[in-house]
Amino acid sequence: MIAEIGHFALVLALLLALVQGTLPLWGAARGDGALIGLARPAANAQFLFIAVAFLALMQGYIVSDFSIANVAENSHTAKPLLYKISGVWGNHEGSMVLWVLILSLFGAAIAVFGGNLPAELRARVLAIQGLIGAGFLLFILFTSNPFVRIVPPPLEGRGLNPLLQDPGLAFHPPFLYLGYVGFSVAFSFAIAALIEGRVDPAWARWVRPWTLAAWCFLTIGVALGSWWAYYELGWGGWWFWDPVENASFMPWLSGTALLHTAIVVEKRGSLKSWTVLLAIVTFSLSMLGTFLVRSGVLSSVHAFAVDPARGVFILAFLILVVGGSLALFAVRAPALKATGLFAPISREGGLVLNNLLLTCAAATVFLGTMYPLFLDALTGEKVSVGPPYFNATFGPLMVPLIAAMAVGPMLPWKRADLAGALARLKAAFAAAVVVALITWYLAAGGPVLAILGMGLAAWVTVGALVELADRLKLLRAPLGESWSRARQLPRSAYGMALAHGGLGLVLMGIVASTAWQTERLQIMRPGETASLAGYEFTFEGTRSLAGPNFAALRGLFRVSRDGAPVAILNPETRTYPTPPMQTTEAAIRLTPTGDLYAVLGEADGTGGFATRLYHKPLIHWIWFGTLIMVIGGLVSLSDRRHRIGAPARRRLRPLAPAPAAKPAEA
Amino acid sequence: MTRKRRRLGFVVAGMVLLGTAAALVLSAFEDNLVFFYSPSEVAARDVPPDRRVRIGGLVEEASVVRSGLTTRFRVSDTAHVVSVSYRGLLPDLFREGQGVVAEGAFDRAGLFIASEVLAKHDETYMPPEVADALRKAGRWRGDEGSQR
Repeated sequence: MIAEIGHFALVLALLLALVQGTLPLWGAARGDGALIGLARPAANAQFLFIAVAFLALMQGYIVSDFSIANVAENSHTAKPLLYKISGVWGNHEGSMVLWVLILSLFGAAIAVFGGNLPAELRARVLAIQGLIGAGFLLFILFTSNPFVRIVPPPLEGRGLNPLLQDPGLAFHPPFLYLGYVGFSVAFSFAIAALIEGRVDPAWARWVRPWTLAAWCFLTIGVALGSWWAYYELGWGGWWFWDPVENASFMPWLSGTALLHTAIVVEKRGSLKSWTVLLAIVTFSLSMLGTFLVRSGVLSSVHAFAVDPARGVFILAFLILVVGGSLALFAVRAPALKATGLFAPISREGGLVLNNLLLTCAAATVFLGTMYPLFLDALTGEKVSVGPPYFNATFGPLMVPLIAAMAVGPMLPWKRADLAGALARLKAAFAAAVVVALITWYLAAGGPVLAILGMGLAAWVTVGALVELADRLKLLRAPLGESWSRARQLPRSAYGMALAHGGLGLVLMGIVASTAWQTERLQIMRPGETASLAGYEFTFEGTRSLAGPNFAALRGLFRVSRDGAPVAILNPETRTYPTPPMQTTEAAIRLTPTGDLYAVLGEADGTGGFATRLYHKPLIHWIWFGTLIMVIGGLVSLSDRRHRIGAPARRRLRPLAPAPAAKPAEA
Repeated sequence: MTRKRRRLGFVVAGMVLLGTAAALVLSAFEDNLVFFYSPSEVAARDVPPDRRVRIGGLVEEASVVRSGLTTRFRVSDTAHVVSVSYRGLLPDLFREGQGVVAEGAFDRAGLFIASEVLAKHDETYMPPEVADALRKAGRWRGDEGSQR
């Protein structure tokens, strides 16, 4: 009965989405206040009904109602409650319900918090949200209904893929979707602006917090995914340039570009049509990500067995949305006139460079991800594009981006003095040299590129701090003045410093763990010792354990350094009965200088076990730095001008130190 | 500088960057495209030794031999087989009769030296490349079960 209520709620939500997607649009065009007024209640009600459907499905999972086909195929009575709940989105149908739930959540949030928006703009934005929602609801109801019953119901479910039974992965899809779908708001604003033919600083100020929120969620989602790959897959890697990873990374890249270009629209009124285009591209890439993962065209853990009708539907919907919005863009974009002029060397110029590099990077990732699909469709040849391609194309684009990242924020708007900005970054340059030298000394040489990479990372992180200190006039003015400046400085300034500094830490983690990782693969018998990176790993044997829904073989490693005990590592291999499957649980110990990582392999039949040991310097800085970036995003989100609809205030930034600013060469 | 010339400047800068990116992409494609072959295709064409490729099919029953860290097995599409040698820990889902994709290169003797073995799917899932390879060999009943 509850499943039928859920199903019915989805149908009602579809009808509401159709109302929300059409009448307010019509009303806004005609100036009909009653129709415009429909948008908000429709958005709220749509959210309510989808929430009912989602809870109905979740209830089916919690009580293990195996008369629902979806539950029977993906759940099991013996699963812990957390994984019964996360099982709701651990499969195709449920994950699509989560998708529309989040979409309607954003719609309701616009309806509730969008009080300061002009009524027509709000009506149009909500209408676009409604149309997207209608498309996905149609998809769910016609190709992937999660509420289909089976007769007779089986006594027991088939269980959730054990690889997905993990806390990191339980929360990975919701965050990823909050990010993906969050960009739909920027998309809807962009389409509404194209319909109105008007983009102004106020528009950018409304778009920016939504984009920032979506960016924070997507960053968390991507980071959780890579963290899961690192500790759960047991391959020792954290990023494989797998098409599914790329699918989430492409919207991240273009979303990051969007985040930055929206600032230019807000502050300077330039780059309007580019910003609108980026908003369209970002959400299109989010939808493409959904298509890639959900259509079954990729081989990956994420790709569920799927019938082709779904792929065709999503592809058609994708073409409709992307093609339609780009056509609208082509027709209306010339109407968006830029107002602010700027010289190439300026804050705007820096942000343009950021955008060019980020979009080029997104394009190379796109090409590497899609090329095998195109080639397969056109010639039937099967190829794969692996990490070497991405390292060769993506890396070189990131170097200038990161090098420029410390400089850009030092440049004033309109026109700037590059030499002056660089002079103020002396401390960052010194830090980069020192870090590079220390690395060179510690690593006793080592790859030159990696040493330069460590220097570059220090340059960004210290550069972000220098920029902040510069604004506070730290050490140049009395402490009291710095303090009062610190209190008056907008939070977005702190947010930026945190986000940029965090990226430097991420880079350090990536470079150090890639360049100086050590690895050993061997057969070990109980009592044997293997040494790695100055650590002694002693294998003490294994014992059997019973988990809640699996049986495990747990190995014991004592790790010591120069005779002093450092850690005890307990890697496991687990055997799940339903579905029958083995998983490897790596044992990881964080130390200040790097991670110790042990994997237990198969027994060799004579008492020994295959074991794989790693030392990965600084690797957890990747996630630590990501966390700091997200905190930076949240701090920026809490900025005063996003909380209240006050007109933008002049920035406090001292524009004084650029007296000799040369006019740009004509 | 007029508005038009300035815009031209940005367009040129954009083109230069795109050109650089395109050059990077093309040179990287040249070296890093990894082709997938089924055992039948391997038999039909000469895959040069040391050329990085992927092969895929089913792990032949009773073909897995372990000695220490090295595992030898045969990959079959039921028409032809390829002998594979891999040193390292095999993925959790590697077992006889299951679909597998291996990346590596042939040595001069025609033995496939795998540097990576992929079998990271759930027990009902068949990698699309493998399903295709089996279908071409005429043995895959694609409409059976939930695979597609």
